[in-house]
Amino acid sequence: MTQPRPSPARSMFGSLVLIAVVLGGVVAAFAYTAGWFSPQRLTPDKFVDALTPPNGPPLGHRRNHAKGTCFTGVFEANGAGSALSHAQVFARGQYPVLGRFNTGTPDPNAPDATVRVRGVGVRISTPDGQEWRSAMVNLPFFPVSTPQAFYELLLASGSKDPDAMKTFAAAHPEIAAFGAWDKSPPWTGSYAEDRFNSLNSFVFTDNSGAEHTVRWSLVPAVQPVPVSPDDLAKRGPNFLEQDITERVRGGPQRWTLVVTVANPSDPTADPSKAWPEDRRTVGVGTLTVQQIQPERDGPCRDINFDPTVLPSGMQTSDDPFPAARSAVYAKSYDLRTAEAGDYPGTATDAKP
Amino acid sequence: MIGVRQRFTPLQRLLHWLMAVCILTMLFIGVGMLSTVKPKYLTLVSIHKPLGIAILVLALIRLAVRLRYGAPPLPADLPEPIKLGAQLSHYAFYVLMIGMPLLGWGMLSAAAYPVVLFGGVHLPAILPHSDGLHTLLWNAHFYLAFAFFALILLHVAAALFHALVRRDGVFEAMAPVSSRDEVASAE
Repeated sequence: MTQPRPSPARSMFGSLVLIAVVLGGVVAAFAYTAGWFSPQRLTPDKFVDALTPPNGPPLGHRRNHAKGTCFTGVFEANGAGSALSHAQVFARGQYPVLGRFNTGTPDPNAPDATVRVRGVGVRISTPDGQEWRSAMVNLPFFPVSTPQAFYELLLASGSKDPDAMKTFAAAHPEIAAFGAWDKSPPWTGSYAEDRFNSLNSFVFTDNSGAEHTVRWSLVPAVQPVPVSPDDLAKRGPNFLEQDITERVRGGPQRWTLVVTVANPSDPTADPSKAWPEDRRTVGVGTLTVQQIQPERDGPCRDINFDPTVLPSGMQTSDDPFPAARSAVYAKSYDLRTAEAGDYPGTATDAKP
Repeated sequence: MIGVRQRFTPLQRLLHWLMAVCILTMLFIGVGMLSTVKPKYLTLVSIHKPLGIAILVLALIRLAVRLRYGAPPLPADLPEPIKLGAQLSHYAFYVLMIGMPLLGWGMLSAAAYPVVLFGGVHLPAILPHSDGLHTLLWNAHFYLAFAFFALILLHVAAALFHALVRRDGVFEAMAPVSSRDEVASAE
């Protein structure tokens, strides 16, 4: 206890410096982790900003696929999916579904005919307490290969520079396939005639522990009737909601859930690349839409159809999109639920 | 045996250092996961939830242990305002250690997200699905996390001040091993 020490003042100064260095180091590491030193890091906030239309965000609404219609129904599994995944949702039986049809626009008032991309979100709940959430679109493949490229696409398409899209297309030639799809038939006049695709790949694990990389699609039971864009434009701005409401009032609408299994060499990480047509497919059950509810007061309104909410027996693959979608959807959810006052339900409006 | 304990019990010290690692990790994961859209986002979220519940369980155990064994007295020459600050900071730590996981769990419940711990193990919702509750709890969870980090910085600064400048035994009371005993036995 009596070892020689430097003078008390110097010792104290040295100690205070040491304390400052320790605290500064911890703060710097924290700031680095939070991305405050990395303005180029692609964050959920940046994605949401890039999705925002020039006239401002759609307050209270999803930041993309903002226009939608709720539905409820059932998923009836035929048992065939159990060969691919041990998730309970594939065991033969009926499971409740909450869903949302939507159009791929950040404008909740965009006329339906002006939006080529349509989507559906579903949440299937099973008695074991697990959920399978998925958000699919009618695109046969995604426009670009990576979330970073999608972010750059959003910036380019919103840019005032007339050459922005050309520059983007030169750097991301995969966008050409989307451009061709965007301008070619068939167009349909109904969600009930659309095929919706997961685009992203996921990994299923079966009872033996074997893994299968898959994508899935909802294939409509109704034969699509092609309609020209000009004829669609003559319909009302909300013809999709009116159509599906009337159809479901007349009887339940059905889609077959088809799982496509990748071959070992297939591009599982790149949703812009469709897999060859001859890949093994398994029809795992039927989605039946039984009731339609307007979104404003509907049960899908405050549900985040986060594609990474998966039951055990399913997980994400090397496809980087589901993680990015999860992060951005969560941001969109946090924003719109905080803005609920800007999109009030009619029940609260009706109160005196 | 001395009548007044000079150090926290070994169990308290173990819980303290274990939780220190968990909580710091948790805060770094929290700010990290909000700053990225890369696949590590999902990895970070999948650690954040079970680690938060682990911290909740450890904090409840620690509270029980603290109520049972108490804490060594602060040095008699420590100014009263400092003593008060130390005591208040301990209350704040317990409130945050127990409150933050509950806020996170409640926030996920209010958004109707499944609260997955690992594999098929998940927790029940503790609150009804509600926009207003979700927003309130999200904001509380977010801003209190920074308050928690600031409190830890203050705590570390104070601990080092006791250890290096005052050398009054306060740091040794919670140190993982007793440096004084080692010095004593070496002499």
